[in-house]
Amino acid sequence: MTPDTNSPAIELINVSRRFLTPDGKSMTALRDFNMSVARGEFVAVVGPTGCGKSTTLNLVTGLAKPSAGEVRVMGAPVDGIDPRIGFVFQTDALFPWRSVIDNVVAGPLFRGMEPEPAYAAARDWLARVNLSMHATKYPHQLSGGMRKRVSLAQTFINEPQILLMDEPFSALDVQTRVLMHEELLKLWSQSKASVVFVTHDLEEAIALADKVYVLTSGPATVKSVYTIDIPRPRIVSEIRYDQAFIDISRTIWEDLRDEVLRGAARDEAKVS
Amino acid sequence: MTNTTTSSAPVFQPGTSDAEIEAAAALAARRRYFTVYFWRYFILVVFLGGWELAVRFKLIDPFFFASPWAIVLRLQEWVIEGTSEGPLWFHLWVTMEESLLGFFSGSIAGIIAGIALGRNRMLADVFSIYIKVINSVPRVVLAPIFIMIFGLGLTSKVALSFVMVFFVVFSNAFQGVVEADRNLLANAQILGAKGWQLTRSVVIPSAMSWIFASLHVSFGFAIVGAIVGEFVGARYGIGLLINVAKGSFDAAGMYAAIVIIMVVALAAEYAMTHVENKLAKWRPAPLQELH
Repeated sequence: MTPDTNSPAIELINVSRRFLTPDGKSMTALRDFNMSVARGEFVAVVGPTGCGKSTTLNLVTGLAKPSAGEVRVMGAPVDGIDPRIGFVFQTDALFPWRSVIDNVVAGPLFRGMEPEPAYAAARDWLARVNLSMHATKYPHQLSGGMRKRVSLAQTFINEPQILLMDEPFSALDVQTRVLMHEELLKLWSQSKASVVFVTHDLEEAIALADKVYVLTSGPATVKSVYTIDIPRPRIVSEIRYDQAFIDISRTIWEDLRDEVLRGAARDEAKVS
Repeated sequence: MTNTTTSSAPVFQPGTSDAEIEAAAALAARRRYFTVYFWRYFILVVFLGGWELAVRFKLIDPFFFASPWAIVLRLQEWVIEGTSEGPLWFHLWVTMEESLLGFFSGSIAGIIAGIALGRNRMLADVFSIYIKVINSVPRVVLAPIFIMIFGLGLTSKVALSFVMVFFVVFSNAFQGVVEADRNLLANAQILGAKGWQLTRSVVIPSAMSWIFASLHVSFGFAIVGAIVGEFVGARYGIGLLINVAKGSFDAAGMYAAIVIIMVVALAAEYAMTHVENKLAKWRPAPLQELH
């Protein structure tokens, strides 16, 4: 690995990203974007819908390239898909034709592990997310929360040092979401990966993260960064009644609200 | 009066317990099943009976339309004594051999070409125009050309079956690959899949339902290819039997040959559905299956 072990896990330095829309026009999703994620740090990114939050993650994976600026992972520039990265998608990204255990084992097998240790690891991970009973079921037979737990096991089995999450729990109902938050914090505290968690849910961001980045409405750039010093371990289901939590969420919401309103106004203008 | 904290659950009317609802549903399902089968057989009997009676009462001319009974007799004769051109089984086997060879070669080539072009935008852009051009040629007009090139034997019919099958399977495989879920592809890549792993574990499985949809139709097309080839020129085969029957104004013989092809095509369709269900057991089953 890189000799430089003190460098931040992820750095985005003056990054811009432009797209070509289907009708051939250039559109800026990200402009002069700066972010730095320390090793083992949990960062949440919030911003109005459609502002370019997901783009930041795609730049880190190497699935997309910056139009300007530099993206560095573990001190080295991103070049292709980095094996140290894990990604949890917003929508269901499980392979529907594979059983639960075959989904979890996919990563190690792709990476050339022998089937026997790979399946042993997969069974271990299924046990950690309490799905051992459902190993041979297919994804469509599971509930939304169970499918998400399979996704987490599928990602964590590769032991990523960097975990990117793109609104992973937005499709779940509120109660299941809280359970998933607990699950995620438990897995994360064991793995000590650096996390970038993109969400539009401010409370989710505050409950989980060490730092919250607030983005402007598109083209996205960093508006402000808040450090959340609520001590860990946190109990997500109760944290929302904590005075510190209420104060900080009010402060950040004041900041975010302007951007949400601006984003909504712009979308309406676009439609009409 | 305004007690909002507790309220008793609604009391069910008698006759609405789970067991009763299930029993009623099972009864309704059975009734439906019998109704469907009743109408299926009823329509068949009316059709064949009407045909037979219309011939018996001279409403239609048996010279052109034969009659169900005449067709049964002809089939019996063919099965027991053989046709004027030799044993029926031999002709059937020849046609089947041509169709199966055309079907397998055409669908394998179609799947490979579809996946290759689906995975490679450049290839797809270059070749798409040629595929459209060739696809616009009505395939049966190739029959005389293939007979000229490959002769009266097996090869010309297999070639015709092949082109009938290839384009259907190709365009479905291509579509299936193009429509593979972007998230699944991205997920597999981040999990570590590269090149062939990605094709094998994501692209092919997600194109599989498209490919199977085309295989259902294309076995019929393979038979069409073989038989049209036999019409145009052959020494053996069901198509030849139809041709000979036509030459001797034997309407019953022509219909009998059609019946044989129908049976074969239906059997192949069932076999295919069976294989598909085996392979696609990961798909959600319909909530209630009614057969």
